[in-house]
Amino acid sequence: MTAPAAEGPAIAVRDLTRRFGTFVAVDRITFEVAKGEVFGFLGANGAGKTTAIKMLIGLLAPSDGEAHVAGFDVRREPEQVRRRIGYMSQRFSLYEDLTVRENIALYGGIYGLSNDEIRSRGNQLLADLRFEQQADDLVGSLPLGWKQKLAFSVAMLHRPAVVFLDEPTGGVDPITRRQFWELIYGAAARGTTVFVTTHYLDEAEYCDRVSIMVDGRIAALGTPDALKAEFATDSLDDIFVRLARNSAAEATA
Amino acid sequence: MSGTAPAVEITGLTKRFGPTRALEGINLSVQPAELFGLVGPDGGGKTTLFRILTTLMVPDAGTATVLGLDVVRDLWGLREQIGYMPGRFSLYGDLSVEENLTFFASVFGTTIEEGYATIAPIYQQIERFKNRRAAALSGGMKQKLALSCALVHRPKILFLDEPTTGVDAVSRREFWELLGELKASGLTIVVSTPYMDEAARCDRVALLQAGRILALDAPAAIGHLFPRPLYAVRSRQRMPLLRALRGFPHTASALPFGDTVHYSDARSEASPETVVAELGNALRSAGIDDATVRPIPAGIEDVFIELMGDAPGAKEAA
Repeated sequence: MTAPAAEGPAIAVRDLTRRFGTFVAVDRITFEVAKGEVFGFLGANGAGKTTAIKMLIGLLAPSDGEAHVAGFDVRREPEQVRRRIGYMSQRFSLYEDLTVRENIALYGGIYGLSNDEIRSRGNQLLADLRFEQQADDLVGSLPLGWKQKLAFSVAMLHRPAVVFLDEPTGGVDPITRRQFWELIYGAAARGTTVFVTTHYLDEAEYCDRVSIMVDGRIAALGTPDALKAEFATDSLDDIFVRLARNSAAEATA
Repeated sequence: MSGTAPAVEITGLTKRFGPTRALEGINLSVQPAELFGLVGPDGGGKTTLFRILTTLMVPDAGTATVLGLDVVRDLWGLREQIGYMPGRFSLYGDLSVEENLTFFASVFGTTIEEGYATIAPIYQQIERFKNRRAAALSGGMKQKLALSCALVHRPKILFLDEPTTGVDAVSRREFWELLGELKASGLTIVVSTPYMDEAARCDRVALLQAGRILALDAPAAIGHLFPRPLYAVRSRQRMPLLRALRGFPHTASALPFGDTVHYSDARSEASPETVVAELGNALRSAGIDDATVRPIPAGIEDVFIELMGDAPGAKEAA
């Protein structure tokens, strides 16, 4: 009796709220993300992004409202949610003093794959990335761009319904960056929902839709094109700065 | 010949770490009161170059002078004239804002009072938090404190290593506005960034990749280095579009740029009208009906990718 809402949205959030004492970090946010969509989740430092994501991945209980991820309620079924998501961040991802293959085995084990699955999916991963020659190299010795691609693929090892990416291409050279986005598009085309947070508005341009959070609320939501038309500018950066400068937090900072 | 000596003069600068070529024969000069950008990905050599220019590291070969002083022989005379903001948060988190500033002033044998006029435009924005621990500041405020600490001894040249990495878009924009004001006051500034879109804020930029300079010019001039006409192609069917463009017989390059694909044609003689019409037809026959094609000027990132492809080490990156 699992997987109830296979045809519903991958992420459905309604009036989601989180308070810390009297401070409202996330204030009644509502949005949906479709299966296979690449969704950009933007906001200034302190706008409430991290709190919202912690609720979506089942690490923090909401104060009010509800959120379903991969069809499961983040409040009542956080274990089911965590089993169906992947997570990759530029800062925290792989173990540098383990080899490529050891990292694959470690994460495969954590995600509950069998030894056979770890072997077959690991080999497939190495072939897809053309990493066979580097399988026994320490991750710490790989160039940054390789680590990023590997970290993404490892986060996809258990075939999650939704993968969360935190500033995925920061500092990477522009060729590797494009290879990385092609990996993301490939995953999205196979039905994985991709949820990207970033400070860099040019990363947001790669997303199907973006939301911009200000003071715990969603201040703008739409395709990059629609937002540019709505704000009469050709730059997402301008929209972001305009919204964030109106923020109450900014006025006191 | 203008008669003014360059603020930075670098000739044949080389530094290796074991097999890694961090810098490979770098030549460049920076003029006084110039805002000069080093643009490139992690591992490009930006930090190594800063460490050599700030006398913290000795090059294997080549020479560098800053303010006319040799970075190896004249390090003690040089150190008091330069300000350096390293890439990682370099302040003492357990000290207050004011204590950090006092500490950095005292290292250079000066005081906050003596340096106040220099740091005032920046420091006054955070001065009311002067008793707060540095670790408890927001990202934007930490950055302003770090900049104040790098300026408190009134340096003649400022080196900033990735000051805007990890900082949100509002703080980033304010920071670049501050750099513009500092430059207007006569300060020479060398700043690095991995973000190509920030390069436009500099007077001149050097594109740095795998220890080499791919290009060096004013940001607007860099786009002209792209060797072929460039087109922006859009469709809602992103992956099919990319595949169709790569399958087109005359494709020189087809790369995703946000919500468009940048396409360049291998035929130098084909007119833009021809290319637009042929591409439109080819995409329609591939089942992509909503594609739009238009000629665009090349940007810094287009040029960077093009030049990276020719550079040694391109294979390694790909």
